[in-house]
Amino acid sequence: MSTGTPTRTYAPARARRRLGLGRLTVRVLLTVLILIEVLPMIWMFLTSLKSNSDYLNNSSWSLPSHWLWSNYSTAWTTGNIGLYVRNSALAVFPSLLLLLLLGTAAGFALQIMVWKGRNFTLLIFLAGLMVPVQMILLPLFTIYTQAGISGTLWPLILTYTGANLPLTVFMMSTFYRAVPREMFEAATLDGAGILRSFWSISVPMVRNAILTVGLVEFFFIWNDLLVALTFTNNQNLSTIQVGLLNFTGQFGSTQYGPLFAAICINVFGTLLIYLFLNQKIMKGLTGGAVKG
Amino acid sequence: MHRVLGDRRAIAILLGPALLVYSLIMLVPMFWSVGYSFTKGNTIEGFTWHGFGNFSHLWSDPNAHQALWFTLKYAVVVTVGQVAVGYLLALLYVFFLRRASALIRTLVFFPMVLPTVAVGLLFKALFQIAPQYGPINQLLVDVGLHPIDWFSSTGTAFIVLVIMDVWRSMGFYAVLLYAGLVDVPDDILESARLDGASGLRLVRHIVLPLSFPVLMSSLIFSINGTLKVFDSILPLTNGGPGNSTTPLTVLMFNTAFDYGDYGYGSAIALLLTVVCLLVTLVVFRVSRRDLTKG
Repeated sequence: MSTGTPTRTYAPARARRRLGLGRLTVRVLLTVLILIEVLPMIWMFLTSLKSNSDYLNNSSWSLPSHWLWSNYSTAWTTGNIGLYVRNSALAVFPSLLLLLLLGTAAGFALQIMVWKGRNFTLLIFLAGLMVPVQMILLPLFTIYTQAGISGTLWPLILTYTGANLPLTVFMMSTFYRAVPREMFEAATLDGAGILRSFWSISVPMVRNAILTVGLVEFFFIWNDLLVALTFTNNQNLSTIQVGLLNFTGQFGSTQYGPLFAAICINVFGTLLIYLFLNQKIMKGLTGGAVKG
Repeated sequence: MHRVLGDRRAIAILLGPALLVYSLIMLVPMFWSVGYSFTKGNTIEGFTWHGFGNFSHLWSDPNAHQALWFTLKYAVVVTVGQVAVGYLLALLYVFFLRRASALIRTLVFFPMVLPTVAVGLLFKALFQIAPQYGPINQLLVDVGLHPIDWFSSTGTAFIVLVIMDVWRSMGFYAVLLYAGLVDVPDDILESARLDGASGLRLVRHIVLPLSFPVLMSSLIFSINGTLKVFDSILPLTNGGPGNSTTPLTVLMFNTAFDYGDYGYGSAIALLLTVVCLLVTLVVFRVSRRDLTKG
């Protein structure tokens, strides 16, 4: 335990004692923390299996009197959640594809290529990070109406792509910073054109980064409410978030079981992705934040 | 060699599409929106010149004042809440859980990826009083207290909003700040301990100053997000009771799409943008000054 060669393991052990919290206190704190995170999820799930009268007449802490799985099919078909999920997918995945394609190419051009004005161009993209989406909604509404595409999902795809480009370009060019330029000079000597090196050398090299950025943007776009609410004036185009917000309207009176089933479908969908890719998601989301 | 990496045609092919989409979807509409703020009307009825009318209206409109005030209040309280709770969690991770913290970090982080609309509806149900007591009110009744109609008064509705947004994002800020805390060198901590610093004093005088940069970037990130709050409000309170939890974003949305007043809506959007820029600038300045002092 010499102070001369600090290792990462011993200091916290001492700090535990020095910060004045006992083992028990930490245990209690942890238990409370886990309950705060998990209980709402469990409650939501159990409530999604209740019938309306069960929900209205029994304590909200009680278990379902019988497990009504049909709430899920009711939400999916009668509640139109199936349609909304399809709309969301049709808007989100084309946007993602466009974003990653444009962002990777732009990141390469801004970070690897050498030309005058690239710092300024990067700055212009970064400026977009500061501006609230509210600033572009109304002109876009006019543009989409004039272009005659307002009854389709195209306004969503275009807006998602444009509004999320700043972050994508920023993150991709950060990742390209770690790729040495010599790589491409060597490829050139071997006779590859620069476009060719971009596609066959650089893209495989930043494959991991593309996945990370893709995940981050997926959550941003999939969870978006503002843009979707602005450009989907007709219910057949509603995304899952807009559909969920207006869910109670589908039945006349609120059907609580299907409502909670719809919330669960929405929540557990994203949770499933998180279950498998959480480390990458955490790294991506926090990495996108530290730009200051 | 630079001739290859400086190939203008290749740059145009690689950068052109992104720049074009960005210009058409972001840059042009941004300036266009500023233009709208000098007009009255909307896409369907057409626009007429309104001069500075929207801005003088903004100056005297009590709804706008209330929205601006709520936006600032909400941003400050939630930012402080998110970053403070996140910091405490990060301290817990670093000093008490160490290696074992990976699982907890992952668990506490997950609400961040959930759709805000779903979380909002969930919290509305957790805190509801009618038609059935939600779990929170049921708990209050079970321990002999009175149930609270959380969404009928501004103060309690605000509390639920804050609780929800802190719940949603504390794990995110914890991970962000954890990365900064892990970087605090152990030998500094150790020598401070040898000098007799312990407990809170150790945190205040050693850990806090050393993690200051990451704390500041968390603050800037958080305040930028909370000033633009929209998704949390709609499902939870829908701006109510009355318009007491209506931020600028929601006011802008209603003005433009419920009342069809694009000009005034654009003026509100411009106000929001200016507020975001100013606040970021102020936080940035303050953080720079404190750094030189510490």
